[in-house]
Amino acid sequence: MPGFHRGDYLLALPMMLLTLFALGVLLIDLLLDRSSKVINAWAAFAGLAFSAAAVHNIQRAFADQAARGEPSSPFFAFSGTLMVDRFAVFFFYLFLAAAAITILMSVRYLEVEDEHHGEYYALILFSVVGMMCMAAGNDLILLFIGLELMAVSTYILVGFLRRDRRSNEAALKYLLLGAFSSGIFAYGLSLLYGLAGSTNLQQISMALGNAMAPGKARVVPAVALVTTAAGLFFKIAAVPFHQWAPDAYEGAPTSITGFMSVAGKASAWALLLRIFLFALGPMRPLYVPILVFVAIATMTGGNLAALTQSNVKRLFAYSSIAHVGYIMLGLIAGTAFLPNPDGIRGILVYLLVYTFMNLGVFGVIASLRRRDIIGDELDDLNGLFFKAPTEAVLMLTFLLSLAGIPPLAGFYGKYFIFLALIESGHYALATLAVIYVAVSAYYYLRVANAMFMRTAGDRVPVTISPGMWAGLAITGAATVVIGIYPEPFLRMVNWSMHVAQNPTVAQLLR
Amino acid sequence: MTPTAIISIVTFLPLAGGIILLALPRGAENAVRRWALFVTVLEFFAAAHIAFMPGHHFSMSGWAMEENYAWISTPAIRYHVVLDGISLWLVILTAFLTPLCVLISWRSVHDRVKEFFFLLLVLETALTGVFVAFDLFLFYFFWEATLIPMALLIGMYGHGRRIYASVKFFLYTAVASVFMLVAILWLYAHTGSFDFTVIQPWLRSHPEVAAGNAGLWLFLGFFIAFAVKVPIFPLHTWLPDAHVEAPTAGSVLLAGVLLKMGTYGLLRFCVGLFPEAARAQAGWINVLAIIGIIYGALVAMVQPSLKKLVAYSSVSHLGFVVLGIFTFTAAGTAGAVYQMLNHGVSTGALFILVGMLYERRHTFEISEFGGLASRMPVYAAFFVFITLSSIGLPLLNGFVGEFLVLSGAFRDRAIYGILGASGVIWSACYMLWMVQRVFYGENRNPANALLPDASAREKLTLWPLSAMALIMGVAPMIWLSSINPPVEQILKNVAPASHMAYVAGGQK
Repeated sequence: MPGFHRGDYLLALPMMLLTLFALGVLLIDLLLDRSSKVINAWAAFAGLAFSAAAVHNIQRAFADQAARGEPSSPFFAFSGTLMVDRFAVFFFYLFLAAAAITILMSVRYLEVEDEHHGEYYALILFSVVGMMCMAAGNDLILLFIGLELMAVSTYILVGFLRRDRRSNEAALKYLLLGAFSSGIFAYGLSLLYGLAGSTNLQQISMALGNAMAPGKARVVPAVALVTTAAGLFFKIAAVPFHQWAPDAYEGAPTSITGFMSVAGKASAWALLLRIFLFALGPMRPLYVPILVFVAIATMTGGNLAALTQSNVKRLFAYSSIAHVGYIMLGLIAGTAFLPNPDGIRGILVYLLVYTFMNLGVFGVIASLRRRDIIGDELDDLNGLFFKAPTEAVLMLTFLLSLAGIPPLAGFYGKYFIFLALIESGHYALATLAVIYVAVSAYYYLRVANAMFMRTAGDRVPVTISPGMWAGLAITGAATVVIGIYPEPFLRMVNWSMHVAQNPTVAQLLR
Repeated sequence: MTPTAIISIVTFLPLAGGIILLALPRGAENAVRRWALFVTVLEFFAAAHIAFMPGHHFSMSGWAMEENYAWISTPAIRYHVVLDGISLWLVILTAFLTPLCVLISWRSVHDRVKEFFFLLLVLETALTGVFVAFDLFLFYFFWEATLIPMALLIGMYGHGRRIYASVKFFLYTAVASVFMLVAILWLYAHTGSFDFTVIQPWLRSHPEVAAGNAGLWLFLGFFIAFAVKVPIFPLHTWLPDAHVEAPTAGSVLLAGVLLKMGTYGLLRFCVGLFPEAARAQAGWINVLAIIGIIYGALVAMVQPSLKKLVAYSSVSHLGFVVLGIFTFTAAGTAGAVYQMLNHGVSTGALFILVGMLYERRHTFEISEFGGLASRMPVYAAFFVFITLSSIGLPLLNGFVGEFLVLSGAFRDRAIYGILGASGVIWSACYMLWMVQRVFYGENRNPANALLPDASAREKLTLWPLSAMALIMGVAPMIWLSSINPPVEQILKNVAPASHMAYVAGGQK
């Protein structure tokens, strides 16, 4: 293969800019005294803005393609290692938005925790770079590097509260289990490489297509599938690979819990979709039964465990596990060989709306962190409506949206996924899922009850920094606006589904 | 004003009023109350004048008024709202009861007044929306939207076990309505539309679906959501808790309007969309309705608490409505719709009366009272009058509805009529016995000695209700003339010819 072209670097520009700014933050942090650490946040914010501009540049190239009347085809870079298609662009924007909102919500929280360091912002930027590689990787090596970059940054962020034992414990658990699962995942990837003789996703897909031909022994493909899937299930925190999530979510700084639960999850889903739809596409008849089992276990485990939690962060950790179960149904929907387009659309819509509503939830919880008050027990929310009515109403909005009550954003994710299930005849799964949605209403209501119907336990006022206000305003507005007028957002998702290069994927994602 | 925009105006006027109300300064509680009263009275006149608008014939078949705009293109969701003779009166009932709720909450709500009236206004918009929505998605949206303000009204302003009651109310309804959601999604997946006016013809032209297994499951999906709301025995257990713990205004709207969402849904969607399945399942549904009539009455009789008694009487009265709908007779179904309105007026009034007593004594226990008629003659007169209307005394509203329902039930199957009619006797028993214990006899409790009689504000609340009970009793044709055409339209797919022969009021 010849050397790299200028165009290659333009496609990688979003990641390169983020890396540069991350390194810059690390440098300027040395020059800043304790009182002016907020400049780090501004610098990181600027990095995200520049990166978004670079993504916009790529998006314009797709627009030019469409204007010339050409069918949408992805851009390849670095000898086919990096593949930027509309699907990747969608996720780029999603990660950048999640990181930006997280930074808005972090500043005061870190000050209260007395851990305001530049590394925090640099690590967020690095993890976004990793996520982008996961979303745009077309090669097992790049995907794995992206995954590890994201994971290692997150391990550190989870343990960022050095003097907090819960944070340390969470980071260690997460690190050990994460390393273990990465090992299994890498083992699966190595088998895929052995089968295909290539790390390229298209090559793997073709090789697996041959391996799945009738009459051939399927042992090695099956082992490769199971190990790869296990690694991915760990990353999205699906039952029975979810044990790390409640501990990591509880111990991590609240702002990072929010970030992990949306951006981390979305990137793991991007990776999972890349692998399951692109590389493992021909193995769909094998993996759907596994997904059905895991989805049912995930919805059951997540929802039932959430019912009894008394710590809000743990409660939302289990709630996010339950949501993974619903999202997985979107991949199950379809025939034996092809997923249902509404199901894939549902996954993307779900990840989009989940980003806003769950970040909002953790924003509100983070704002409850005051001097001497941890603020993450359910009882700390008691009477919030009387202390801080706006926040309580926002929280109620997020909760109802998570519970899938229309006309809030969360409804549409569930809507498309259930619709896809019904379209493809999975009535039993659809019914089970809606019953679990109703169960989830119960634990969301517990939080709402505490805020609205109980009296406050402490009198310490809840103060909200301008950054937090901005973060809550964005997430709240998005939750309501997507709910009432989802049209532009659905158009964006439809736009991102034009990924027409892999023949099997092209067939289904028109 | 274009003539059709009136539906949207009536639907969203309370919400707009509520948003303005939020802008009023904190502490200006009287201003909040006056504004809420102004908005709800305005809403009442806006809603009521539709019935008298020229150029719209609610006494003819077809949708009398509609608005239909695209809202979301994928999925194809339309803002499609329709008024016909059934929904019109339910909307007016909602608009009629809400100002009275504002009046009775004038003093009894003194904390967080602004939030209370805001929730009340939001609830009014959601309730109105349920009755006018013709796009199933829009319907589901309003249906779920009623839950939140109602649950908050119970949970924030209720009595002792309010949180328990609020959660129970929310969960029962939320769990049941997800089955409706699955059914709605199934219909969308097969028809490509949420619009009632698209789905209904589609089902008519696909008898293998409507009359087959799919039709049965879809019917049951809708049915369970509505049955919990009505509530049909044995799904009624949330109702007494919610009623007893709710503030008076909450109880009034709960009994007066929210329960009607269930019966309205049964008639409009369960019977309207799946007549074959409804016909096939009518047997056990009628049995449950009759069990509800008798069981509700018997349980009401032994209640020591006034409010619980009224709550269980609702279970009994709503049994009549369900029985009327599932007899598929012109008389029975029209009577069921009429009984929905009656029950809103009578039971709404009873909850208001009970709430007034609670404001004075802070108890609902029947044994705490006795001989009140001599202390509070005006109040007692209203109470007895409303009681008589509730038990169906001829010339008052309850009689017309029960008579029509029972005549329909006899036509369908005599045993339904016989058992249903026993409910009329039971209701006389428990209501009159309660009145006797509370208002007559000797007052042994010194706490009752100084109770003030109804105040001017309270009389202002009770007069419209009493007047309505009388007018609806002596001139039912005002209502029935516009209720009959849509009822006939729904029944023409489901009822055998013999059931249509008798038309309420002798009109054809």
